[in-house]
Amino acid sequence: MKKKITICLIIFAISSFFFIDGKNDQVHGFSNQVIQHGATGDDVIELQARLQYLGFYNGDIDGVFGWGTYWALRNFQYEFGMEIDGLAGQAVKQKLEDASEFDKAYVHEQIQQGKKFTHYGGVDKEKQTEPSPTKQKEGDGGQQGSNQQQENQQAQPENNQPQATEEDLEPTAVNIPQGFSQNDIQIMANAVYGEARGEPYEGQVAVASVILNRVESSTFPNTVSGVIFEPRAFTAVSDGQIWLTPNERARNAVLDAINGWDPTGEALYYFNPDTATSGWIWSRPQIKRIGKHVFCM
Amino acid sequence: MFRWSLITLLSIAVIGVSVWGYQEHQEKNAILIQAENNYQRSFHDLTYNLDLLHDKIGSTLAMNTREQLSPQLAEIWRLTSMAHNDVGQLPLTLLPFNKTEEFLQQMGDFSYRTAIRDLDKEPLSDDELEALESLYEVSGDIEQELRKVQNMVLNDNLRWMDVQLALVNNDEQADNTIIDGFETVEKTVEGYSEGKLNASMMGTSSKKDGFAILGDEKVSEEEAKKKMRSLLRIDEETDITVASTGEGANVPLYSGSYKADDTTGYIDITQNGGYPLTLMINREVEERNKSLHEAMQNAKDYLSKLDFTTDLALVESNQYDNVGVFQFVPQYDDVWIYPDAIQIKVALDNGEVLGFVAKDYLENYHEREIPEVKLSEEEARDKVNPNLKIQEHHLAVIEDDMGEEVLTYVYLGTLNQDTYKIFINASDGSEVRVDKLKQAEMKY
Repeated sequence: MKKKITICLIIFAISSFFFIDGKNDQVHGFSNQVIQHGATGDDVIELQARLQYLGFYNGDIDGVFGWGTYWALRNFQYEFGMEIDGLAGQAVKQKLEDASEFDKAYVHEQIQQGKKFTHYGGVDKEKQTEPSPTKQKEGDGGQQGSNQQQENQQAQPENNQPQATEEDLEPTAVNIPQGFSQNDIQIMANAVYGEARGEPYEGQVAVASVILNRVESSTFPNTVSGVIFEPRAFTAVSDGQIWLTPNERARNAVLDAINGWDPTGEALYYFNPDTATSGWIWSRPQIKRIGKHVFCM
Repeated sequence: MFRWSLITLLSIAVIGVSVWGYQEHQEKNAILIQAENNYQRSFHDLTYNLDLLHDKIGSTLAMNTREQLSPQLAEIWRLTSMAHNDVGQLPLTLLPFNKTEEFLQQMGDFSYRTAIRDLDKEPLSDDELEALESLYEVSGDIEQELRKVQNMVLNDNLRWMDVQLALVNNDEQADNTIIDGFETVEKTVEGYSEGKLNASMMGTSSKKDGFAILGDEKVSEEEAKKKMRSLLRIDEETDITVASTGEGANVPLYSGSYKADDTTGYIDITQNGGYPLTLMINREVEERNKSLHEAMQNAKDYLSKLDFTTDLALVESNQYDNVGVFQFVPQYDDVWIYPDAIQIKVALDNGEVLGFVAKDYLENYHEREIPEVKLSEEEARDKVNPNLKIQEHHLAVIEDDMGEEVLTYVYLGTLNQDTYKIFINASDGSEVRVDKLKQAEMKY
């Protein structure tokens, strides 16, 4: 197997020298990382674009290595006789680079302008994007020409580094834990910030966990919003503090809680012993105290 | 002249203010009435649904034919869920109303479990009929008590907004009729909850194996502290606050926390056995230097040095900005044990582990007899929806709806752009679960 790969590599190295003739920066498009499922960023954009160029990937080029990308990569590995592991390591990246084109300038410009676009090989790029409202895209003519021609056309923007090719482009999508949406996270971050912005980080995770434990529990509403907006459930909701803009920390705390961190030990209630008005809440079996809050069943 | 114009101006101002004030007052009243009406609707819906529920349970008891029983139980399930929803809309959270909610939950569980069962093959057992009878009794009592409250509310024009106020100014709590009424309802149910309802039958506790791994040996606080320091990567100098959990905790823990410069850490260690349950280190994570793949390897190395099984399979990996979060499950002879999952978080700036959760692992881990498969992989594959393009498969132990562990074939397949995970029972070929795996969400 290893031998085979080496031979392949040598052949491809030779052929790529033959074709590309010294344009080695092309080969170094990817960074050195092994790209795996769940990753986000520039490398993923390139991976998706290249897989799409070859017709393996039909989803959006959004910079998030999701399932679509994963299957596309595995199919690519299968078709090219490589080990099928769904990881984009050096050999895979090399092979991709040899087999496909990546018009970085074009892709990045599309992403920056927020357009819907595709990056299939052998199709006119004009047809793969929405028409630009201001001006038509220039300098990106026919794709139908031979590989050699494309190389030449592409070489220009790559060397000139036009604005559209700034490094570290943000992906246009984000990973979200299964079963939640960005809006759920936002609304929880609001609640956590309103309820516990003065608390230590673990205290914020704890409040978020209580919300999630209530969603899980069959004695509370079954949705995040149902739990948060239940009358009298959270003081921050009653007095409007929930509508303060949460900071990054609150959002991270929510994300941690959703990903499974629960410092409360499955608590369903919490209260501040200095201000608690309800006598009943004291009768709940207490689990622990984090920051100012006592968490209980 | 000046004086007159001043008087005129002032009077206009006074009139203006009073008109404005009146309008504000009207608006406020309108909103109060709106809110009140919402509460009233939920309350009356609740009593109505409980009336209906009681009747339905009664007629279920009288029923004999199996064809009718299933839809009837499904209807009960729907009613309990609606009643539950109504409770959730009332400002009762800080009121002791949880026993009634528990009743609703038990009723819902019971009806769900029996409604989805093939009652031809497996009719209601005597125990189940008995349980249903006692549920009927409880629902009757709740219905009665709630009707009393409803009657008072209607006759005396009681308002839920007053409950709201009474709860805010806690001292008057005792005087509020509605609150009293609900407390009575609660007391009525309380009598039942222990004795009459056979809890194991109702499936309230979704079957916890209960931390079998921990053993009986207690570790001292000092030992725990030592372990905390090493896991939190802090030296003897740094102060660490340790506390024990109270009576409400389902497993006794030592919780340690520390704060130094920009970093805070929090850790839970079980008092029995001294296993780490959760670890959380919070600090600013700088620019990304490590790939998600390296991070995953770090995570694996890290876990192998702890008290967990070393053979781990990766179920999920996700990058959130500059941290990677992974979920691992243990693997025995190529069987993935989903209930024993461990989550772990790695910073992508230097590859350091920022936290992990081993709660599921510690709670569910036990020596397992993994049964032989009765179906071959091909036979199981035939049970999967043929429209699905199967890409990958493995064997796994998962928990089904009832919390029982079953051995399944897991298929990962695609249908158009979506990826699904299908669990096929390896002994009888039934579809245990189908999950649609999430896609990345577009940024808005």
